[in-house]
This record gives sequence, C-alpha cells and structure tokens, in this order.
Amino acid sequence: MGGKLFRNVSFLSATLSFFILLGIFVILFHYAQDAMHTFGWDFLRIDQWEPGEDDEGGVFGGLIPIAGTLLTTLIAMVIAVPLSMGIAIFLTEIAHKNLVKPVGVAIELLAAIPSIIYGMWGLFYFAPIIQHTFGGNGVGLLTAGIVLAIMIIPFMAAITRDAMNTTPPVLKESAYAMGATTFEVVKDIVMPYAKGGIIGSIILALGRALGETMAVAFLIGSVFKFPSKITDPTTSIPVLLANNFSEAQDLELSSMYLLALLLFVVSFIIISLAKFYFLGRGVK
Amino acid sequence: MSTEALSPSNVMEAETKQKDVMRVENLTYTYPGAPKPSLHGINLPIRRNKITALIGPSGCGKSTLLRAMNRIHDLYPGNRYEGRILLSNPEETAMEDILELKKENDLIRLRQRVGMIFQKPTPFPMTIFENVAYGLKLSGMKNKSDIEERVVAALQGSAIWNETKDRLNDSAMGLSGGQQQRLCIARAVALKPEVLLFDEPTSALDPISTGAIEELISELKKEVSIAIVTHNMQQASRLSDYTAFMYIGDLIEYNKTSKIFLNPDQKLTEDYITGRFG
Ligand SMILES: Nc1ncnc2c1ncn2[C@@H]1O[C@H](COP(=O)(O)OP(=O)(O)OP(=O)(O)O)[C@@H](O)[C@H]1O
Ligand SMILES: [Mg+2]
Repeated sequence: MGGKLFRNVSFLSATLSFFILLGIFVILFHYAQDAMHTFGWDFLRIDQWEPGEDDEGGVFGGLIPIAGTLLTTLIAMVIAVPLSMGIAIFLTEIAHKNLVKPVGVAIELLAAIPSIIYGMWGLFYFAPIIQHTFGGNGVGLLTAGIVLAIMIIPFMAAITRDAMNTTPPVLKESAYAMGATTFEVVKDIVMPYAKGGIIGSIILALGRALGETMAVAFLIGSVFKFPSKITDPTTSIPVLLANNFSEAQDLELSSMYLLALLLFVVSFIIISLAKFYFLGRGVK
Repeated sequence: MSTEALSPSNVMEAETKQKDVMRVENLTYTYPGAPKPSLHGINLPIRRNKITALIGPSGCGKSTLLRAMNRIHDLYPGNRYEGRILLSNPEETAMEDILELKKENDLIRLRQRVGMIFQKPTPFPMTIFENVAYGLKLSGMKNKSDIEERVVAALQGSAIWNETKDRLNDSAMGLSGGQQQRLCIARAVALKPEVLLFDEPTSALDPISTGAIEELISELKKEVSIAIVTHNMQQASRLSDYTAFMYIGDLIEYNKTSKIFLNPDQKLTEDYITGRFG
C-alpha cells in the first residue's frame, strides 16, 4: 500500500519533469515561429540586430550572441576544468586534514555567492587588470570568460571533491599496496572511480556557464558586434535577452524566442552528448 | 665474512635467517592520536614458504599487525612504531629493518616485496588484464610481451585463467566476488613478492569460492611466504603451518599449528580455540 503510493508519487514526479521540459520547448517553439518563417536557417548567419522603421519588420540574426555565448563558455571551461580538478585532488588526496575542512567550507561558500556579486567585482576590480595586462577596454570576451570560470570553479571543485571522496579507502590502499605513488593512485584509481561524478560536475558547470546572465551582462560589453580578438566586447544570448526583452515587440520578440530556443537546444545537445559520450562507454 | 662467522651461535643465527623471511621483534604500535598502543611488544617470525595464521577475537590487533608489515599504516600520518620488523634481503645475508625506511621510493619497493590482499575484493576500475598488469607497469616494466607473459602466468598461477582468458579486456567489475578476489591475488602474485599478507581474504565469500581461494593459497606457498588473518578456526587449522594467537594487542602464543590446536600451552588459547569466547 505504502509502496504503491510511493511508486505513484515518484512516477508522477519523474513524468512531471519530462512534461515541464516539453512544455518549455513547445512555448519557445510556438513564439519563435514568426522569426523562423521570416529568416529560416539564415538566422544563424545574420550578424545584425536592426529593428525596422516604426517597429515594423527589421533584420535579426543570432550569429553574434550565439558565438559570444559559446566563446565565453569555452574560455571559462578551459580555465575552470583543470583548476577545479586540481583543487579537488588537493583536498581529497594531498592536503593535511586540518586544512581540508576550512578550505572545503570556503569553497562551498564561494559557490553560493550570487552571480551579480561576481559581476560587480569583475567589472570594478578585475576588468582593469585585464585591460592592463591584455589591452582592450576592460570588458569583453576574455574578462567575461575568466570571471565565469572563477564563478564555476568552486561549484565544480566541490562536486568533484565529493565524487572523489566516495572512492573506498581500501581501493586506494590496495593500489598503494601494489607500490603506487599518490599521483598514480589519483590518476588510475580515484579519477576513473569518480568519473561519473566528475563528468556530472563539468556538465552542471557547463550548463551554468551557458546560461549565466548577470555576471556576463556586466562584463561582456553588450555590444552587438562580432569579436575579432579575445579582448573585444560582444554579447551573449542571455545578455541580449535580458537587455532587450522589455522593449521588444513582434518580429524582434519572436527572434528573441528563437534565440532562447537555440540556447535551450544547444545546452540540451551539449549536455546529452557529454552524458552519453562519457558515461555510456568504457569501464563503469 | 670474518672468522667469527663460523662460531656456533652465528651459524644458528644464519640458519634462522634462512628459515625466516620476516621477523617482527618487540613491535609496539600506536595509531595516530590514540592514547594507548594497539600492539604491545609483539614477537612473531614468518617462516619461509610456510603459511602463518593469525587468529584472535575481533579488535585484538591482527589487521594492525599485518598492516605494519608492509607499512600501509604510513598512508595516514602520525603513527608510532617501536621495535623492529626485519625482512630478509635476497641480495644480502643480513635482514633489514623495514621500520627504518623513510623515502617514498623505499616504501614502494617494500610494498612490492610484501604484497597485501584485503578482506573485500578490490578490483581496480580497469580491465581484467590491466588489473594484473598494473603493478608490473608501476614497477617499471615496459616491454609489452614481457608484461603479457607475466600477466598470463599470474592468472594461471591464481587459478583464474580459465574463467578470464576470453574476457581479458572486460571490466574487472563484472567478475563475481570470488573471481575478483582471485584476480586480486593474481595481481599481487604478478609482482613476484617474497611475502603475501592476507587479511581475512575469504570472509566476504561463499563456501565454494572460499575453497578455491584456500586451495590457491596452499599452492602459492611454494613460491611465497604467507601470513593470513582469519576468524575461521577450520581454515586456520586446514591451511596453516604455524599459528599465532593474539589477544587485546598481545601475542599470547605462537607455535606449530598442530600444537596450537591440539595442545596449546596457554589456557587463553585453548578457551578461544574451543569457542569458549570471542
Ligand atoms: N585507525 C585507527 N585509529 C585508532 N585505533 C584503531 C584504528 N584502527 C583500529 N584501531 C584499534 O586497534 C585495535 C586493533 O584493531 P584491528 O583492526 O587490528 O583488530 P583486528 O584484530 O583486525 O579485528 P577484526 O578481527 O575485527 O578485524 C582495536 O582496538 C581498534 O579499535
Ligand atoms: Mg581486522
């Protein structure tokens, strides 16, 4: 009786999450129709965002915000993945146990800071440093990417650490008992054992980086222009949506729905690919 | 060697060295942060090519003693060892005190010479082949065909070749518990250790797998010297040549297994063996 109820409730929750996903997709798809019919696949190639006279018609294309989103995310991941792994390995295998607790708590706290704070800190403190070191005018792809990396590192490191901590001590001991060094134990035992959790943390961080709005809005420059170098300002999908939503109408609004749909689909594809590619093969 | 090497006491000394592959002398061991030692002044020889069983009630320090013998304790800093643990060195006549080893490299070499099998099977997250090849690669072996030869020999020597020869490239996680345990033994055997330490290797296994492992262990003693912790009195009496009985951190009695089981000197030993406690 209790078991049946529990089964029904969990079945309901599971299907509900599926229907929410489907619902979001249908709504985005529906409102994006107008832009889809007007621009077709060219939407991906057009590098303009020009409303027409009297708010009628206009030309809207997704190239720049899509590129901006992918590039900032790429920069962030390239920086964040190795650093997060390093932090997690340090905390699980190397650090003295008196250090593990405080550093661990600090990282969890960092992961909980609202992104707007990272955005402000990045703009006022970090952007000048980037400007000084790499040139450009402070805000741009690189600044946004680096601050995005700083934002997702604590999050990724904390989950990776938790995954690595699930490696049974006796498994590590048996590798040491074969004459392995700490480095070899991490590489051959801990990383493969915690692979699922590590990939999971990367995927979640990736999703967060793709959709991050506030911090990036402060730092990317919000210029509708294709970047020619890494310090150039540009824009990203979430930033464009947040900046333009209140005034947009008709075709522009529909184009924004199309961008949102693309972001949704792209995140979905990246995450599924990562999941199937990494988790679906090799040693479990 | 000088002339005094011929004196009777030295000859005797040399003979026992020959007989003992390892000798624990006056070992007192304290865990990190523990107020009292968990082992008090243990003396125990490990005879060459014999099986030595360690028995005693739960918590008496059997695992602690075993884990001192390959210094696996040292993974967790803050231990205290007193006394000596001597290991015979094939190149020299003198035994060396493994408690004096300090460098990571020396500890790694020690652990390759004194292998360990744990209570629960611990296959590594790799294929069956890689599990056995792993230690060989760690020890610096590079040549593919040499490695392959040693892996096959180890799997054959550990009575698991027939079950694994068609699936060497499958994950080791897919083996049954008993097969995994034999794989772990093969993995240790591949390194050609001088001593193998078994900590209750069959307590997580069914009777048939247990039988297979026991047979394997008695087969292995031709090649290596063995110390085995067990809670199973039949296993100790069936398998071992010598038995040590431990009680709350002390070694109460050590002797030939037949003597310990038929006619122990100590009342405590007799009580334990006849199941009056523990
Ligand atoms: N990490 C540790 N820190 C402190 N004390 C420990 C630690 N591990 C074990 N001990 C203590 O050392 C003593 C011996 O433990 P040990 O695990 O060697 O017993 P055992 O004979 O192997 O028991 P069992 O048969 O249950 O495996 C016990 O009193 C135990 O509480
Ligand atoms: Mg034990």
